[in-house]
This record gives sequence, structure tokens and C-alpha cells, in this order.
Amino acid sequence: MSQASMAASVPDPQPDPDATPATNTRSAGRFLYVSGVVLLCAWVIVPIYFLMINTLSSPETVNSFPKPFFPEFDLGSLTFFAGFAGMLSALKNSVLVAGMTMVMSIVIGAPAGYALSRFEFRGKGTFRLLILLTRAFPLPLLALPLAVMFIRTGLDDTALGLALVHTTLAIPFSVLITFSLFSGIPIELEEAAWTLGCTRLTAFQKVVLPLILPGITASAIFAFVISWNEVFAAAVLTIENRTLTAFLLQNLDTSPLHLKFAGGFILVVPALIFIFAVRKYLFAMWGIANR
Amino acid sequence: MAEIQIKNVAKTFGAYQALHDINLTIADQEFMVLLGASGCGKSTLLRIIAGLETATSGEVWIGGRRIDHLSPKDRGIAMVFQNYAVFPHLTVFENIGFGLRMQKLPNDEVTRRVERTASLMHIDQLLKRYSGELSGGQRQRVAVARALAMEPDVILMDEPLSNLDALLRMEMRAELKGVLAESKTTAIYVTHDQVEAMSMADRISVMHQGRIVQAASPIEVYRNPSAEFVASFIGNPPMNFLRAKPAGAGKWTVAGQLFDGPTADKPELQFAIRPEDMQPAAEGLKATAKVVEPLGAHLLVTCEIDGSLFRAVLDSDMTVRPGEVLTLAPQSNRVRWFDPETTLAVA
Amino acid sequence: MNARILPYVLILPVTLFLCVFFLYPFVLVAKQAFSTGACFTMENFREVTTYWKFPISMRNTLLLAAAVVPIQLALSLLMATMVTRMQKGRDLVLYIWTIPLGISDLAAGLIWLAIFEQSGFLNTMMNGLGVVDKPVNFLSYQHPGVVFLAIALAEIWRATAIMLVILVAGIGLIPKEYYEAAEVFGASPWKRFLRITLPMLRPSLQTALVLRVILAFEIFAVVAALGGTLFPVLMGETYAYQFDLLNSGAAAAMALIILAISIGFTLIILRVLRVPKGASI
Repeated sequence: MSQASMAASVPDPQPDPDATPATNTRSAGRFLYVSGVVLLCAWVIVPIYFLMINTLSSPETVNSFPKPFFPEFDLGSLTFFAGFAGMLSALKNSVLVAGMTMVMSIVIGAPAGYALSRFEFRGKGTFRLLILLTRAFPLPLLALPLAVMFIRTGLDDTALGLALVHTTLAIPFSVLITFSLFSGIPIELEEAAWTLGCTRLTAFQKVVLPLILPGITASAIFAFVISWNEVFAAAVLTIENRTLTAFLLQNLDTSPLHLKFAGGFILVVPALIFIFAVRKYLFAMWGIANR
Repeated sequence: MAEIQIKNVAKTFGAYQALHDINLTIADQEFMVLLGASGCGKSTLLRIIAGLETATSGEVWIGGRRIDHLSPKDRGIAMVFQNYAVFPHLTVFENIGFGLRMQKLPNDEVTRRVERTASLMHIDQLLKRYSGELSGGQRQRVAVARALAMEPDVILMDEPLSNLDALLRMEMRAELKGVLAESKTTAIYVTHDQVEAMSMADRISVMHQGRIVQAASPIEVYRNPSAEFVASFIGNPPMNFLRAKPAGAGKWTVAGQLFDGPTADKPELQFAIRPEDMQPAAEGLKATAKVVEPLGAHLLVTCEIDGSLFRAVLDSDMTVRPGEVLTLAPQSNRVRWFDPETTLAVA
Repeated sequence: MNARILPYVLILPVTLFLCVFFLYPFVLVAKQAFSTGACFTMENFREVTTYWKFPISMRNTLLLAAAVVPIQLALSLLMATMVTRMQKGRDLVLYIWTIPLGISDLAAGLIWLAIFEQSGFLNTMMNGLGVVDKPVNFLSYQHPGVVFLAIALAEIWRATAIMLVILVAGIGLIPKEYYEAAEVFGASPWKRFLRITLPMLRPSLQTALVLRVILAFEIFAVVAALGGTLFPVLMGETYAYQFDLLNSGAAAAMALIILAISIGFTLIILRVLRVPKGASI
């Protein structure tokens, strides 16, 4: 990254060995900058670390005072969590719903992303706007009427029913993200494949798919995270088959602290892994998508 | 035999008419260049022939077979793209063999043809590499090899050299011409570079605003442009134009001088001459030098004749100062005449 | 397949899906909100807006958004410019800063609960420093300010990342030449930020703010984890109508009110940050 591209309020980067005041302000600015970055990293990490201390401590320690600043690596809280009635099946439900959401949002969303990136068609602008607009609605609210509709169709309290709602949440993202990913693959590559004996379908299989697969995986993971984290619709639409978020929410008033923290930690861990897995794509995905 | 016939092809994008009623026949094994500025429709025409774009109306025939309803893969064509379109996830070998694999040729046949075209394009050392490890020139070679390996009836090239630097472009130009002549393939080559067009083509089709203005051999296009547009587009610097008034029975006055011209009944004609066809002489057009540019091989003098800008390419031994008045005589067999109303050439 | 109908075939699944799971329920919500039984009525709206908790939850939601969103905007801009000029460790820092993007609001609430609860880390630290001699129950009705602060901090902590990602992507799209040109013309780094980064970033700022503001009105689980019933918000009241009071008409009316506020703010943001035609990159 060149000096010219910086935009932060940092003193003039021109080297000037004679002027000591300038050098001083510069190193002061440097110090300010580095400590700012470190501070902001700590701001993100330290709260998670606190949660981890609580999770990896015995239930007694979690409920005691004062708190240690290092985990004692006691699996008591986690064992209690695993043994708590309904918790493991809630965890299983969360994974199931998120998995279905992931598959549906890609299978339904990616073709639209491809259409947006490759074709000029009447109504394209309107369609794009519609997709963007769905983000402007507090979507979880739609779970309320869907609850009635699901009871009629037998989808109430099922993983599939909830996954359908979560797919509605994830679809705007999967359309826009795949749109941006497909746009990153020159159409000439496909055209070259056509002139070399491919149909539209075989060209897609042999050229586009191998190139897009990592990106598709990233946006699938993104959909997984959206579903994994969703609380409101999950709480509205499930009764017996609670997801982890819904289960924790429902038992917030009654469950002991160590159970809450262990549950929270189980919610956080996949997030850490997923964001790490998709980190390369996060920015590329948003680059074109927000135009 | 792969003669290409384009019959009444037109293309509109919404309200914009990109191509107007194009008719063109390209002979078997001919090297045809479509030349024009960007937006003139040359790439659209090429893409219609390739099947990447659908014509609004008209027909395309290749080797006596109507192909405009077929998909690109069934047209017997191969194409070289401006950005090469070398597949990044495949090796050079698999890139060149891509089309052959699609035809389900046996492995040894694929290997044989890939190796032959690779050595033809001097990239046999690169077969195991990926596109990311290649230079622009090498990618270009892969793209050409991939097209040639198909042994197509027709090879289509869309500005294939425009992303290369000047020296490489010159080298590839000569090489490509040789390879294509040897392959005995009919070729259509799109470019905006007139030097490329002049040096490679058997025939040039000059395009302007969705029409073919002139389709002829390079020298014909250069010497006998059929319209003012061609005259001012081809040649660097382009042809000079001066206003000519009738002076009775095939005589025309240009900047106070009398010239023999066509016997046309017009109130005005354009007198046209190429810069290099002007010589200093005792008698001729009076030109006031404005800017003098010594270009090494010759001297480019921009001057003013009768209030119009006029360029002359003179011998580099001459010394001309700005403000100096030159007397320049045109080489009479090189003078061309255009009708300002129709902008077409007048014989 | 014909290139003219293919795009429509490709967008058909999404369109159908959104019709069934977005438009149709939306119509249902509206119908439910405007009716008690069969006829058109504003009764549901009257009921929810006259309930004593409504003005409080409305005020809380708006106040929270007003406190949180500007800080997030400033913070994400600062972070985005910081990573833009970073040479070493850029990937690691970006990863750390975007971690909260994957963390649910419920988990974020629980994380900050670990800090603010009575036997939590804040009390431990304050006790260690001798500020308090016995742990204070911060998240109680005696400390409404601390409850608000805890919720705001958790929101800032959790949801700045989404803005950061959008802004970093947006800054990446601004050609370097503009900065070089500005530098040649003598613009200081601060001026370059004001005159080039900010105006060029308008489309991204638009997206980031719209998304963020809408999510701010949907705040629910963070509040549930930290404040419980101490700090009523609109979404929490909607949930309560649906489950505790089993009054889905009122819940629908609340939903429409949240929707109206969201749309209103979206339009304001789009209007204020609009990019003149032809002035985009």
C-alpha cells in the first residue's frame, strides 16, 4: 500500500532528517497509530476472552466473586451444559437448520446472482432493487404470520420451516454476493468455452464452477452464520425443536450463569472459525455488492 | 472450403442501431481485417459471426451452410479474445486441449495436436504452467494455439494484440500472419490499429457507424479511399482536404491554383492529397508553415493553405522555419476528389 | 436455452421464494394489524400505542440507535482508514476486527453479561482497584444508566464489524490516483480524507448506514440478555405480545410500526447521501 493511498490523520510522512520537531510528531503519530490498532484489537478480543474464562471454569467459580483473570480449564460448566435437558438436541437443531439454510440460499440465490452478472434483461433494475429492499425490512417480523401459515401446512416447529425463514434472511446476501463473485469472472472465459465446443451448461461446469467454488463456499458459510445466529424467528417458530439461540433465549431468566456462558461460548466458537474461513472473501463480496 | 457470407446483417441494441444491413463475402483462406474506431460495430459483427451475439436480422453462411441459428460450438469456428481468456484453473496443456477434449478425441490425439500447435507457437516449454505464471505475450500465444488446435474452418480474432506492448505486438503480428497463412484457415481479424490492418490483411473492411464503408485490399484502401471517412481514417497523418470550385470543363480552382479534375456538375468538390505526395516546386499551392516536426526519417510540416490546415511530409534534409511560405506541388496521379454532399469519391 | 428467457428462468426461484416467504407474510402482517376479526380497524394500533410501555420502548429504541449508530460510523471509518494504510499484519488485524460479524446478538449480550453481572469482571476490576468494596448489581433498576451503557457497548462491540467490512470494501474501490493527485495539489492527509475518501465512499456509506440503522431498530436479543424487562424495546414488546400476551394482532401492529420507522430512516439516509448522476467512480 503506497503512502499516497493513506487517508488517516497522521502527520506528514515526508522524511526530513533535519527537522527534529517534525520527526518527533511523526514518531508520536506512529505510536498513536500502533497503540490505536492494538487497543481496538483488545476491544474485540478481551470480552470474548472473559467469556472463555467463564466457560472453562467450574460452575462454582463462575458464580463466585471476585473472578479470576485466567481460566482454570475446568470442564464443569461445559459438562453441565452438555447434560442440561434439551441442550444437545437444540445444538443439533441449530446445525440442521443452518445447514439447510446454507444449501437453500445458495441453490436458490446463486442462479439469480448469475443472471444479474451475465444478462441485460428488462426488469433487471427493479429486481435488484427488490432484493436490496428486502434488506430494508425487519425480516424476522415476518415470522409472526408465517407461524400461522406453518401450522396450516404442518411446517410449524420443524427445522425445515425455520430454515425457510432463515433462507429469506440469507437470500439477499447470497444473491448479491454471488452476483459480485460471478461478475469477477470475465465473461470472455465462458465465451471462449462456447467457441471451443461447450454448451452454456458445460461451459458453466468446466469453467465457471471450478473458479467460483471457493467464493460460493464462502457465501454458503455466510448463510450458515446468519441462520446460526438468528434469535427472533427461531424463538417464534419453534416450540419443541428449539435451536440453540431460541433455547438460550427462552431459558435466560431461569438458567444459571454458567449455563448461559457455556451456551454463549458454544455460539461464538463457530463464528470465530467461519469468519476465519471466509476472511479473504468478506471484502470482495461487499465490493461490488453495494454498488 | 470455408467461404463466409454475411447477408443483410443488422443489429440493434434497444433504440441504438449498431449494425446497418451488412453484406460481405470473405473468400476461403482469405485474411480479412475489420478496421474501425471503437464503437463502429466491428466487434459486434465478429461476435455475430461467432454466435456470441444474435443478429436482429440477416444471415450468416460459412462454407455454404447457414449457421446463424446455431450455437457457437456448432459453427466450426475458433476465436481468440482480446483478453486472451486463458482459463486460469487449467494448465497450458489443458487450455490448448480444451476444445479437443470437448470433442471427446482420444488422449493420444489430444496430446499430438496440443504438442504440435504448442511448438508452432513456441510455447512447448510452458505446457505444465498455469495462466498466472505466464506473461501477456505467452498468454496470447496460448490463446492462439488453443484456437489453432481446433483446426477450425474459420478463426476469429478480436483485437488479439491490443494488450501487448509495441515491440511484442510487431513481433506477434509477423508471426501470426505466417502461422495463419500456413494453417490455410479463413481468418477474420478485428482491430482499430491501421498499421496492423495494413500489414496483415489480404483485404480490409473499413467500418464506420455500423456500416462497411469500403472493403478492398490494403493498398487500394490507402490509394483509392472510397469515401472521405476512409481517407481521413487511414494513413498517419491522414489525407489533406482542400475546397475546390468549378472552373469549367473538368477544371477546378484550389487555393487560387487551377487543377485538372473530374467533369462533374457540382458547385463544390473536395480536393484530397496524401501528405507524402506533396513536393516543393517552383509552382504550386502557397503554404505558410506553422509547426515543423523533424521525425527522423522525414519532416512533418503542418501549414496553412487558404485558411485550411494542411500537412506535408517532406525530405528530412530540408530546413523549414515556422512562418516560412512554401510552394508545394501535388503529385498529379495521386490527387483524389470527393463530393462534399455525399462524402463519396468522384472519379 | 434462449438467452432472452434464460435470465427470467434463473431469477424465478428467488422471485417465487420471496413472494411466498416475504411478500405474502408481509401482506398477512398488514391484514392482521388492521383487523380484529373481519373488519378494517385501527384498534390494534390504538391498543399498542396507548399501552404505558409503548412510549418507553419507543424512546429506548430510538435513543439506543441515536447513541450507537454515530459511534459505530465514526469507529468503522477510523478502523477502515487505519487498515488502508497498514502494511504489516493487515490480514490479522482485519480478521480480529471482523470477528464480531459472526457473533449473534444473543451471544454478544451474554459476553457483555459476563462483564457487567454482579459477580462479573467489571466488579472484580473495580473491587481490585478499591473503587467499590462489595460487588454492585449494575444490571438492576437502580442503575438505569449502566443498563443503557452495557447494552450500547454490546451493540457497538457487536455490530461495528458489518460497517467496517462495507467501508473497507468501498475504500478499496477508490482509485489510488485520486489520492496521489490530491497530494500533488497539496492536500493534507486529513483534507484527503474529507475531500476524497468521504465523498467517494458515499455509496458504501449509504449501504452501511441503511443496514445498520435497520438492524438497530430490530435490537432484541442483546437487550434480552443484558436488561431483561428493565429496558423495554420495540422488538421485545412485539415478542411479548406474541408469546406472553398471545395477541398476534397487536404484535402485527408493532411489526408495522417498526417497519414504518425503518423505511422512514432508510429514505432519509438514501436522500441525504445520494450520489449525483454521473458522479460515481
